[in-house]
Amino acid sequence: MLEIFQHHFVIKAILAGVVVGFLGGFYGNFVVQRKMSFLGDGLAHVTFGGIALGLLLQFEPFLVALPFTLFVAIALTYLKERTTLEIDTTIGIFFAISVALGILFITLNKRYISDAFSYLFGSILLVSDKDLLISYFFGLATILLAIIFWKRWTYATFDYELAMVDRINVRFDDYLLSVLIALSIVISVKLVGIFLVASFLVIPPAAAKLLSKTFAQMTILSIILGIISSILGIIISILWDLPTGSTIILLQSIIFLFAFAVKQLR
Amino acid sequence: MNEIAINVDSLTVFYGKYCVIRDITFSINKNEFVTIVGPNGGGKTTLLKAILGLVEPTNGKVEVFSKPPKELDFHEIGYVPQIKNLDRTFPAKVIELVATGLTGKWKFVITKEIRNLALEALAKTGIENLAERPLTKLSGGELQRVYLARSIIRKPKLLILDEPATGIDSVAEVDFSKILEEQQKMFNTTILMVTHDWEYAFHHSNKVILLNKRLIAFDSPKKAFTEENLKKTFGHIGHEHTMQFIIDKNA
Repeated sequence: MLEIFQHHFVIKAILAGVVVGFLGGFYGNFVVQRKMSFLGDGLAHVTFGGIALGLLLQFEPFLVALPFTLFVAIALTYLKERTTLEIDTTIGIFFAISVALGILFITLNKRYISDAFSYLFGSILLVSDKDLLISYFFGLATILLAIIFWKRWTYATFDYELAMVDRINVRFDDYLLSVLIALSIVISVKLVGIFLVASFLVIPPAAAKLLSKTFAQMTILSIILGIISSILGIIISILWDLPTGSTIILLQSIIFLFAFAVKQLR
Repeated sequence: MNEIAINVDSLTVFYGKYCVIRDITFSINKNEFVTIVGPNGGGKTTLLKAILGLVEPTNGKVEVFSKPPKELDFHEIGYVPQIKNLDRTFPAKVIELVATGLTGKWKFVITKEIRNLALEALAKTGIENLAERPLTKLSGGELQRVYLARSIIRKPKLLILDEPATGIDSVAEVDFSKILEEQQKMFNTTILMVTHDWEYAFHHSNKVILLNKRLIAFDSPKKAFTEENLKKTFGHIGHEHTMQFIIDKNA
């Protein structure tokens, strides 16, 4: 078994899995606790629309997907603040528009159909050094921002009004969190594909929530579960020649079921 | 001369095209205990929010300790919200929520010093034994006491309570009043409370605000709770309240 670690691509895949597990595990706490679980899925599909536009314009797909996704994340926060629409509703609207645009763009330039669909499932075993570097840089930025903002985001997650009364600039914090979640989704889509991103943002935090008495515990546990499921999923998929993305998601699901069983037994 | 804690001058608040409160003027002195009474939808919570700086006046102004509310340090105001707004799925212990009263943020780790102060505040509200209990496992009355502990831990100059008696039994309510009165005496705290309980307002407050979109009365309980004012505030006086009103009149 140990010989698989001699392959450079395995080490890079594990490094990618660790950072995606960390990002999903961290930001997912706020996504799950703020009842925005659809956000990960929605923004990942918005990224798909941006990628398809990039392919059509024959431009680096992620350089198009990034502003596209950031714009939608900011628009979602703005609409939540200014209208009576629930965020799941607005996500649903942008989700549908983005997928429709994505399919339209791909159809306009059929040469890139296979390229576009490769982004759906990702290619964690084919991660480039540059992508890995960018993702670790963002991971480091997340750690630094967490030191300042975790206590503020958590307070506003618990009670928006109390945080406002205590003079926290909740509007700024909300926009910042949305932008960071969007960035983590774009970076993660590049590493692990659209389908896998949403599960990283939802399943580890949901399992952690079942086992935690405090939000701090939930945050730590969610990150640990995200990272462990990545590493184990990659190793198992290589050893047994299984699709990596599916293996990671199924492993996370088993962890979730285990957490649920433990919760029931307590 | 009495110093002014809250000055509300010609306050009008619109939500979109809907006028919630119109042209309200009053001043509350420091160390007073004032209750706000009025029907549902009468603008009580909006008035509190304007005083807390959460709602911008459409017209008029609000000053707390001679400053716009947003310029106050967060330690100066203690706020006990309606418990029905609590997210019952949030994983947290009682002590963590009480600690936010001091820190104004949700700390990842609670230091020993903050923990001791939080335990002290919980002891004052009689629930020190619940410090490690998850918030999700509390009754309504216990939760109210947690929020009260959270607000008095910062020794605020102004304490604002939005219907704190909801979900509290009458024995606990007496206790609750005692804590508020102690707070008022020890720290010269000004207290502003929304309540549906006329009897409570009559017996415990220095002044009563009767509010139904407009300011109907702002006076001592005896002068505010007149039949005419109550009719203006509530449109009618229900059976139970009529009896209460007669008792009040003879008091």
